[in-house]
Amino acid sequence: MITQNAPALIPVIYLAASILIALAGMRRKWLVYPLAVFATAIAFSVAGFNLFLVLHSGTVSYRFGGWIPPIGIEYVLDPLSAFVAMVVAAVAFAVLIHSRRSVPLELAGKEAPYYAVLMLLLCGFNGIVFTGDFFNLYVFLEIASLAGYGLVGLGEKRSPVAAFRYLIMGSLGASFYLLGLAFLYMATGSLNMADISRIIPYVSGNPVLFVAVSLMTIGLGIKMAIFPLHGWLPDAYTYAPSTSVAMIAPLGTKIAAYVIIRMLFYVFGVHYVSRDFPITTVIGWLSVIGIIYGSIMAMTQTELKRMLAYSSVAQIGYIGMGIGLASPLGLIGAVLHVLNHAFMIACLFLVAGNLRARVGHSNISDFNKSYCKKMPWTFAAFTIAALSMIGIPPTAGFFSKWYLALATIDANNWIFLAVILISSLLNAVYFFNILERVYLRPAASTVPATLSSPTAANPGPQREASLSLLVPTLTLATAILVLGLFNAVIVKKLILPMLPVVM
Amino acid sequence: MNIVEMYTSSVPLYAVLVSLLAVPLILASSRYPNLREFWTILVGIAKFGLVLSLLPGVLEGRVAVIRLMEISPGIELALKADALGVFFAIIASGLWILTSLYSIGYMRGLNEHKQTRYFACFAVCLSATIGIAFAANLLTFVVFYEILTIAAYPLVIHKETRAAISAGRKYLLYTLTAGVLLIAATAWTYQINGNLDFKPGGIFTGISFSSGTITALFFLFLGGLGVKAAIMPIHSWLPTAMVAPTPVSALLHAVAVVKAGVFGVVRVVGFVFGPELMREFGLNTILAVFAGATIILASLLALKQDNLKRRLAYSTIAHLSYVALGAALLTPAAFAGGIMCIATHATMKITLFFCAGAIYVNLHKENVSELDGIAKAMPWTMGAFAVGAVGLAGIPPVNGFISKWYLGLGSLQAGEWIPIAILVISGLLNIGYLFPILYRAFCKPAGNLHGKGEASPAMLIPLIITALLSILFGLNPDLFFHFYRMAVQISVSVLGGGIL
Repeated sequence: MITQNAPALIPVIYLAASILIALAGMRRKWLVYPLAVFATAIAFSVAGFNLFLVLHSGTVSYRFGGWIPPIGIEYVLDPLSAFVAMVVAAVAFAVLIHSRRSVPLELAGKEAPYYAVLMLLLCGFNGIVFTGDFFNLYVFLEIASLAGYGLVGLGEKRSPVAAFRYLIMGSLGASFYLLGLAFLYMATGSLNMADISRIIPYVSGNPVLFVAVSLMTIGLGIKMAIFPLHGWLPDAYTYAPSTSVAMIAPLGTKIAAYVIIRMLFYVFGVHYVSRDFPITTVIGWLSVIGIIYGSIMAMTQTELKRMLAYSSVAQIGYIGMGIGLASPLGLIGAVLHVLNHAFMIACLFLVAGNLRARVGHSNISDFNKSYCKKMPWTFAAFTIAALSMIGIPPTAGFFSKWYLALATIDANNWIFLAVILISSLLNAVYFFNILERVYLRPAASTVPATLSSPTAANPGPQREASLSLLVPTLTLATAILVLGLFNAVIVKKLILPMLPVVM
Repeated sequence: MNIVEMYTSSVPLYAVLVSLLAVPLILASSRYPNLREFWTILVGIAKFGLVLSLLPGVLEGRVAVIRLMEISPGIELALKADALGVFFAIIASGLWILTSLYSIGYMRGLNEHKQTRYFACFAVCLSATIGIAFAANLLTFVVFYEILTIAAYPLVIHKETRAAISAGRKYLLYTLTAGVLLIAATAWTYQINGNLDFKPGGIFTGISFSSGTITALFFLFLGGLGVKAAIMPIHSWLPTAMVAPTPVSALLHAVAVVKAGVFGVVRVVGFVFGPELMREFGLNTILAVFAGATIILASLLALKQDNLKRRLAYSTIAHLSYVALGAALLTPAAFAGGIMCIATHATMKITLFFCAGAIYVNLHKENVSELDGIAKAMPWTMGAFAVGAVGLAGIPPVNGFISKWYLGLGSLQAGEWIPIAILVISGLLNIGYLFPILYRAFCKPAGNLHGKGEASPAMLIPLIITALLSILFGLNPDLFFHFYRMAVQISVSVLGGGIL
């Protein structure tokens, strides 16, 4: 029984949790956090079970209300959706453990709405991942987006403005997607993904299809923050509560990337999107510009969360580059980077959260030796994640770059290769800037406070972050090493089976 | 001799990991310096023992192999203790024991801060170095190469002064750039060949190349390895990095890190490209020109350095290129001579750096111009220094002579006279920049040296041992470790035929 229902389970769990938490928030506030953890833990184990299931008995399809697709809505558990759902569940679980301390600190009194909306966000993400229907996907895209605006808007003073901007841009993206979907329906007469993929070869000359795929890609590109559609991202990540960002940053953009991969390679087909209408080439080149732009902007930032935001723009570019190469190796690189970057950026934002919890800010210019002296474990995690971002083996980040480098050489695309290499060095510049500060810069007592560095006002952290903040941070850091060492297993067992047959 | 028998053994893995296991022990015993240093010495001896246990097999043509896991589909993280690997590993791990002993004297003598970090990073560096030595394929090599880059960084910036931090930045700029070039080269090789396993005589068999492709690939490798090998014009991080504590300069910046660079050059020339391909596309000429120019220019630059460690650094740059030159000549004797140079230069240069450190700790003098008459205060130290200086100039019976002799023979085999001229000129320049130091120390009247004597035994004993080793290996290059036999074996396996 559970096997047949597997694709629909996780979204339903989160949806139920969201309602229960909202109810509990009215009378029994103490129930809120345990409920959230419980739901996430269940979803985590279901995701693990799903992954096991799909590897052993193949794709599972669930029909809502028993209606047969393409009339009814279909949920599909295939290697790709199971993989992405696993990433979502793992990151969500780690961040939720971290939330026990960081949410009361940053969002005192708003715990119940926070967790209710968070469950809605995760419901949206998982709905997007599992649905086999483009219109149903739009519904979940909106659920996730609206929840996302709410989570961003909960933060500090400037966060409502950032959330509003996010909302405008996000709605614009959703509208583009919906408009494109209408064209797609016009050209194919179907909304079911599997159905459309069968129809595409017969209508591939139809110009309406070009319009459809362009509009849908632009819409999803905004959600994914592909350069130059990333405008909403830096402010949203900077001003949102760090615990929200730790959930949105690793997952939100990745989910959009997942939809693009699903749409381009599994529905339209690699032949169509790279030959008939080479939209992947456009994505590739924009991503390459985004990698350089994001890295350079990150170098100039003085606030950790903002730096990480620009770094994310660059890192999303790697995924876009992999999509742009439209080859098996490129797709391996892109999908692997979805996983690796989710863990890296979650770890880094948790570090930012730990800093906020102990020092109340994360201004890079104030960092000095006392930070790593008082918070050695937090910065050990930061160091591992930073080395992974730079791409030092055997961390996970190295191997995403390795597959992408193989893909660029395979495609004789030397400019893309050069960009991968240069961006590694740019990453090194801004991450070593921080490492140098926290490990080497003398503490405030030996350096007189000046106007430019108000060290006297900020005495620095007094002690290490508490255990419930530290454990998820260190777990993610360890995971970065494990994912790196065992990347071949992940690629062979999980990613190779999911590649479209035509590749 | 060429028949190689493979057998599975975990010894290479243990040899890599043993010093890594020491890191938590070192960190945990940070409050008990004696215990902490005991761990370092203990794993140093264990590591050396493990490496030595591979030697008899190698001499019989048996190679220990261990495959750990796939790190990319079709590419394994694998270790292989072949002759070249064991050769390099013996030098690095053997000298680590002496350096650790010396470090204790040096760091305590100067009352340095953060000694725990220092010893921990040193242990990681040695793990990475042995990993480089035993890497069975290019990707494994890259993994350890990058780990070495990062692990050596805290040692470069150890003093945490402004100069040290800026030296650290320069070091990272150079080595990380090199790292990405090497990764690109490795990825490209994999796409061309589908196989990254090192093989004597090269792996590109039966593949036709355009001249542009192969030259570009070679330059990528040269850029990636040339930074650590300090081939000009990408050498300048090395003199700057002399701001590090002297034991770091001695072991890492004269033996482990920089030799990892030239070791990589030998690997790529002999075990990736192979002699035929190198000759066919004139790649050996490119390498020889860079190496030859580096030897002469670095020796000339060494002449005008007043800071003793910087002078030695330029001398290191020149001698590293001896190895590259030997590989570039592609004749049996030159190849063996180049490999011998990895060993001979190691014992001589580490002696000189040990002496420089002893002088710094005891007399607080860093510059050549301040060394007048110090042999009166430190006769043993300066005696050891003299051995190293004579050896670097290529004068028998010190072992520097042996490597130069075979390099010279190899040039004759190749029918080239320019390398011989380079060897002669560089020998003279060696005399030019090292013997004035001896003249000052032994012959000039001393300044105020009252109450100053030799360094502590922890420093003095290692430097006397390395000086003695330099002489002993000069008298019998096959003593203890069969360096000569292994060098010949490697050369024959790559180039075929006999040595002479």
